[in-house]
Amino acid sequence: MAWETLIDRSQGAPPTRSTPARQLPKRLKRFLADRAAVVGLCGVLVVLAVSIFAPLLVPHDPAKQYFDGLTLEGFPLPPAAPYWFGTDLLGRDLLSRVIYGARISLLVGVVANGAAVLIGLLVGLAADYFRGWVETVLMRLTDVMTAFPALILAIALAAILRPSLWIVALVIALVNWVWIARAIYAQVLSLGRREFVEAAGALGVGTLRTLARHILPHLVSTLLVFGTLGISTTVLLEASLSFLGVGVQPPTPSWGGIINESQSYFLNAPWLVIFPGAAILLTSLSFNLLGEGLRDALDLSERR
Amino acid sequence: MIGYLGQRLLQAVGVMIGVTIVTFLLVFLLPADPARMIAGRSATAATVASIRSELGLDRPLPVQYFSYLKNLVQGDMGRSYAQKADVARLIKSRFLPTLQLAMAGILFELLIGLPTGILAALRRGTRIDQAVMTLAFVGVSAPQFVVGLLLIYFLAYLLPVFPLGGYGTPLHLVLPAVTVGLAGGGWYARVTRSAMIDVLRQDYVRTARAKGVLPRRVVAKHVLKNAVLPVVALVGLDIGVFMGGIVIVESVFGWPGIGQMIWQAIQLVDIPVIMGGVIVTALFVVVGNLLADLVYPVLDPRIRYS
Amino acid sequence: MGRGRIDPTGEQAPSRRRKPWLALAAASVLAFGTAMAQQGGSAIVTFQDDVSTLDPAIGYDWQNWSIIKSLFDGLMDYVPGTTELVPHLAESYTVSDDGLTYTFVLRDGVKFHNGRALVAGDVKYTLERTLDPATQSPGQGFYLTIAGAQEFIDGAASEVSGIVVVDDRTVQFTTTEPDAAFLHKLGLNFAHVVPQEAVEAAAGDFGHQPVGTGGFKLKEWVLGQRIVLERNPDYFEAGLPYLDELTFQVGVDPNVAFLRLQRGEVDILGDGIPGARYTEVMADPTWSKQVSLGEQMQTGYVTINVEMEPFTDVRVRRALNMAVNKDRIVRIINNRAVPAVQILPPLFESHDTSYAGYPYDPAAAKALLAEAGYPNGFDTVLYAYNVAPNDRIAQAIQADLAEIGVRAELRTQAQSTVIEAGGAGEAPLLWSGGMAWIADYPDPNNFYWPILACASNIPGGWNWARYCDESIEARAAHADTLARADQQAERVDEWRQIFVDIMGDAPWIPIFHELQVSMHSTNVTGPDAIFVDPMHIPVHYEMVRRAQ
Repeated sequence: MAWETLIDRSQGAPPTRSTPARQLPKRLKRFLADRAAVVGLCGVLVVLAVSIFAPLLVPHDPAKQYFDGLTLEGFPLPPAAPYWFGTDLLGRDLLSRVIYGARISLLVGVVANGAAVLIGLLVGLAADYFRGWVETVLMRLTDVMTAFPALILAIALAAILRPSLWIVALVIALVNWVWIARAIYAQVLSLGRREFVEAAGALGVGTLRTLARHILPHLVSTLLVFGTLGISTTVLLEASLSFLGVGVQPPTPSWGGIINESQSYFLNAPWLVIFPGAAILLTSLSFNLLGEGLRDALDLSERR
Repeated sequence: MIGYLGQRLLQAVGVMIGVTIVTFLLVFLLPADPARMIAGRSATAATVASIRSELGLDRPLPVQYFSYLKNLVQGDMGRSYAQKADVARLIKSRFLPTLQLAMAGILFELLIGLPTGILAALRRGTRIDQAVMTLAFVGVSAPQFVVGLLLIYFLAYLLPVFPLGGYGTPLHLVLPAVTVGLAGGGWYARVTRSAMIDVLRQDYVRTARAKGVLPRRVVAKHVLKNAVLPVVALVGLDIGVFMGGIVIVESVFGWPGIGQMIWQAIQLVDIPVIMGGVIVTALFVVVGNLLADLVYPVLDPRIRYS
Repeated sequence: MGRGRIDPTGEQAPSRRRKPWLALAAASVLAFGTAMAQQGGSAIVTFQDDVSTLDPAIGYDWQNWSIIKSLFDGLMDYVPGTTELVPHLAESYTVSDDGLTYTFVLRDGVKFHNGRALVAGDVKYTLERTLDPATQSPGQGFYLTIAGAQEFIDGAASEVSGIVVVDDRTVQFTTTEPDAAFLHKLGLNFAHVVPQEAVEAAAGDFGHQPVGTGGFKLKEWVLGQRIVLERNPDYFEAGLPYLDELTFQVGVDPNVAFLRLQRGEVDILGDGIPGARYTEVMADPTWSKQVSLGEQMQTGYVTINVEMEPFTDVRVRRALNMAVNKDRIVRIINNRAVPAVQILPPLFESHDTSYAGYPYDPAAAKALLAEAGYPNGFDTVLYAYNVAPNDRIAQAIQADLAEIGVRAELRTQAQSTVIEAGGAGEAPLLWSGGMAWIADYPDPNNFYWPILACASNIPGGWNWARYCDESIEARAAHADTLARADQQAERVDEWRQIFVDIMGDAPWIPIFHELQVSMHSTNVTGPDAIFVDPMHIPVHYEMVRRAQ
């Protein structure tokens, strides 16, 4: 079949190689020429800056429940001076809370989700690499973890341990890695059998190096997907976990938390959801653009 | 192949045992006493103790576990503490709605995710690509409760096309399934796109293009088949996870799925119902992942299981 | 009721001139005087949560409480929309002079839904079933004063000696000590009469196959979706219920239920008005007419663990009481409550209208803290149930405490976790909202024994403040022996003084008394009070009428 011949021919192509150092200026230039990537970089920097300098940026105390922050009937105020994003259900300044919320949300989105991606990658790779009983055990472990009720784990932890952000990160990592592991496993399953990888094996390149040189680059895109889209879902998951008492406790704001406590007000007080929601969206989008830009500039998935 | 299937079924038993053990342990870690939840506020200590012994909760944990397992093997999932009814009956009443929502949800995920993902990959870097990807992020980032509420408000209340929640006709199923599909579709679109791009970049595809093989045929026959593997993995996972219930969507739309039941059971520490729900979920996780593993070789003949 | 939210009851404050100890056989349940009102039609009620059970011995939440009441009847009941106790299945009753023996004569011609006539033996069976440990009834504890109850529970006796069937229409109860609330306890669901043959035929599933004597009977139950009740044509109250059919739809989100009400698809919002729409509804001249507001027997409070440093010092507890701005908290829940200064809600005769409590005064609170040795405040933990609006109320309390230097870390958790922490005595401060006390029956002792008594200051008990004062305990026990009619004024005064004295020790911060709020469509009607009934919580379904 023509398909096989095509692959046979492609095998002969000599790997293009040069030291990364020499290519750095070229790659930087390529990155800077990519407008989307630069926008992404700026977005990420802005969110970082906001979370670091939150105390300097907030117009109000994010925990202060203003007496004039609610109507007499106890309804939150729509966006207007002096509360530019409006107020929340306790009469607090929403803008200040969104600014402070960047801290928790960024940490959870990047660290917890990053840990999940890493675990998922390692489990997926290990299953493919070792095959045999390791593969069986790891993949069935993912089955167990998928079926197991994380909610109960969260409630149990909330009661046993002092609530903290790190427990949230732990639970998120424990819950989320299965998706990544399954996706990576499936992908490597097909990659691993591809003739060019086998050819590399025949040439005497060790299996680990095969993984690093020939397989990892193919996974960069998938990892990027989970690493960036995962930010959104993780930030929302953090809110559910904190709700159960595992994570940051009120009045510490997080984007997911603000949405969680006010989403049933969406039809009447949309600002309560729109502003933190936009923050989540822009953050994950920025990371995505930045990630894609980096991948293209570094030519990661084409390295062979 | 038959050997492989047999092996997997054996493993499935192992998974079920693993899940039940983990859940059992966790439930008993919960600092909540089911007997006290049943007994209510006016109960004396003696009443609580007698309820505990009626439920068999005063026995050692391993004894409780093995007696549960023994009953389970005989098809007895126990009785709900709160509802005082057979768990199997409670689950049965919610099984069909759960299955319908899971299947329709996955269908919408694929309907939304696949075409847009393919389109974005083929038009990589264009405005179409950017728009699709931004929408994918919107879909994933939007809280399901809000999406559900908006769909109901606009498409059922202001514009009475669909019913205002509830269960019954196929029309009832559309909005909940769309809500599931919008979030999952974002993932599917993103995953499809990146997998497609990867495959498109590979030498054999480049060569095929250079050789004048029609791009559309390449896309349809080879690229798509290879690119779709991660999507199959996601579908496999979704089968299991959705069969465990989609709590928020069920709750917004008043869909009588299993998720609501498990959620309420967790609140009330209704252990037999929690266990029953977890077992059903585990069963479908195993089935879903097995289906995915069986589909891989079909899509990519180079994948073979020994 | 045990768990759950509450949103409930009656616009006009129900009559304070209750004389529950009188056999008011003449006081018909039709006190609202609409005996000639039309019957017919149907109504739909929505709930978010599934109905767990309709077994009167088991059901103990705010949702199934009055559904069960519409399917079953007790010897005693309350005048609709009020807390006034009247005979119900009983035609009349007498109490012996020593207050130990109650003799009830049953109404004639009462039939169960299965067609069999009610006899006195059914009453005895029902109470024994509730007491039987195998039933696992949460109501068991209410009936321990019946002579022989403990022996029966322990298995030492095959029947309860204190319940005697005199003849088919006469049943006699003997208590071991005078129990002033005994008649109220016979009005609880746990004493609503069930037919033995139906319980046994249901083979453990009576909760889904209820057979009672009530105005409605079960027509259809689709698990997880709906319960349909239909009129019991043989009901002993002439002209009741008004509706031919009553449907409960479960699993309906309150926000969606509200939209459906606007559309005319449903008639009563079982969960009340969603918080997001409340101000809008009350501001709307049309909608607000469909809303009923009423008092209920509820107090929301923060328990202060008196066994924990620094709360062992009464000055600290009083300072906390002065630190909380209850008016603002009431505003946060859209004014759906009245600020509280004492333990008993206004519905109780023993509520002290002259008691001022600890007025809001952060400066004085701070001074008192300094006097107690905490000029810079201290760190503590506040537990709360995580479901809205309790998370917000807890945050408001937290912010108020911070103003006087008390840094309370919040733990908002699942209900079972919070109850467990309170029961274990591990919670320094605990906001009771969502688990807060709604009395089971309108007697002040129900606000003492389970939640403030030495007797309930046990591991796993509901006395989360760990409050125990032996002298008050003795006074309370004495007050409860004042069971005779001529002792009632004395009893009411004694309870009033007991609760004032407890507030002197400040084991609680009373925050508010929640109001019941309900909304119904224009298709149904009835007196406001029955849509926010304090006893048939949340709605007295038998009294709901179809609008003409």
